[in-house]
Amino acid sequence: MADLDAVQKRLLAEVADLHDIPEGAYNLRANGQSVGRSTTANIDIQTKTEKSGIDIRVKSGTKNESIHIPVVLSESGLKETVYNDFFIGEDCDVLIVAGCGIDNCGSQDSQHDGIHRFYVGKNSKIRYVEKHYGSGDGSGQRILNPVTEVYMEEGSTVEMEMVQIKGVDSTNRTTIAELKKDAKLVVRERLMTHGKQQAYSIYKVELNEDGSSADVVSRSVARDDSYQKFDACIVGSAACTGHTECDSIIMDNGRILAVPSLEANHIDAALVHEAAIGKIAGEQLIKLMTLGLTESEAEEQIINGFLK
Amino acid sequence: MLELKNIEFSAVDDGNNIGIIKNISLELGDNKFIAITGPNGGGKSSLAKIIAGIYKNTGGQIIFDGVDITEKSITDRARMGIGFAFQQPVRFKGMTVIDLLRIAAGKNLSVSEACEYLSEVGLCAKDYIDREVNASLSGGELKRIEIATILARDVKLAIFDEPEAGIDLWSFNNLIRIFEKMRDSDKNRTIIVISHQERILNIADEIVVIADGNVVKHEEGAKILPELMGGDYMKNICKKLD
Repeated sequence: MADLDAVQKRLLAEVADLHDIPEGAYNLRANGQSVGRSTTANIDIQTKTEKSGIDIRVKSGTKNESIHIPVVLSESGLKETVYNDFFIGEDCDVLIVAGCGIDNCGSQDSQHDGIHRFYVGKNSKIRYVEKHYGSGDGSGQRILNPVTEVYMEEGSTVEMEMVQIKGVDSTNRTTIAELKKDAKLVVRERLMTHGKQQAYSIYKVELNEDGSSADVVSRSVARDDSYQKFDACIVGSAACTGHTECDSIIMDNGRILAVPSLEANHIDAALVHEAAIGKIAGEQLIKLMTLGLTESEAEEQIINGFLK
Repeated sequence: MLELKNIEFSAVDDGNNIGIIKNISLELGDNKFIAITGPNGGGKSSLAKIIAGIYKNTGGQIIFDGVDITEKSITDRARMGIGFAFQQPVRFKGMTVIDLLRIAAGKNLSVSEACEYLSEVGLCAKDYIDREVNASLSGGELKRIEIATILARDVKLAIFDEPEAGIDLWSFNNLIRIFEKMRDSDKNRTIIVISHQERILNIADEIVVIADGNVVKHEEGAKILPELMGGDYMKNICKKLD
């Protein structure tokens, strides 16, 4: 941590809630280089030899351990593509915190494309938290294009929390998942765009065996002149249950395209999708104003609650 | 405490100017429990919303504690100590009951303080404190939370717009108790309740009858109540609550 400057430390706090060296295993990447790493008896982290990135291996039976792999970029004009592969054994229960913070004060675009692949063993439980954050007042764009692939064995559970609230100019997020018997995927995405930002969020979840289930829920706010596209497809090819929901608030000249879709290839596939887009209701603002908030404070509280 | 001078309120509907409140003048004192009643469509709710600043009166003046608040915003009036409980409480996705109570109180209420307000309105606090104020709550639950938001605020003037609408008999009894307690506290506060219910009118110090945009009567409760009983807009609690 000694190698980090104040900007990088601030980014780290935003994306990983880290103010100091994390407990457990971690790999910290700053401006394209690994600047800190720790492994434990059960969790090994190795640098890939053929391309940029790391392999994370979690031994079967590992419980109550965490892995932090935050990335911070504070150099203008830096573009990188990083491949991180997670191999999770059987019967594990681990928390993985990823996230990327970009501070761009320069005129060149900064970009981080993280490709994360998860191979989740039988009956393992993973909680994955990914936060994106951008700051800096340069004209260079802050660009993040994460790809997340999840391959889930029998009886495994993955809970994903994806958050992007501020400062990322352009993001194109793709998440694909393939689930085997009794595997369960839960995704909670929260997204706020402002200025001229653009965000694309694409999910493709395949429920391939009996008893598998997926619940993909996105809540988003598009303000100013920003644009969002949410495209979630759940494919059911067995006796399975799938639910996808996109709930959005638009403000100013914000635009949102929600394309939830379902594909049932089996008579016992039960799939549901919901999508709702609208502005903040006037009566919500009035109620909070009668409690003493100004109109803009009321707006802020409504959005904070909505994105919580 | 509150003085309404020649209040007028009209709205444009289909190109026609419709007078909802024609000319209302009222003087309400400190530490009073005032019931406003009258037929539906007579202008009661509009008048309550005008006092809170939600509707803007098209004529007349509103004086609150000696200050002309006619041009003041909803927010300013709220900060001066006017509280308003909606007939149809609003839902908020994601916002929890404790979030709403904290906004109402204007401070970071502790869980135990928030629980007290919920217990007041007959909700088992631990089951509700982290619930979202969304469609998962019933109309009756929302209504009680709405009343709790008024209790959490230290208001000088509390306005309840048909608080009995949508609540069950048990909550109704509880509601009467809340009003009595609010009145008996030594905060010198005035409570205005818009209601059709005999039981609420029964405990009022003063009753104002509004019909067709005008004040028809404004007298001490005990004097006026007998003649209102059995009127066509008066409801007995034993009949269906609506």
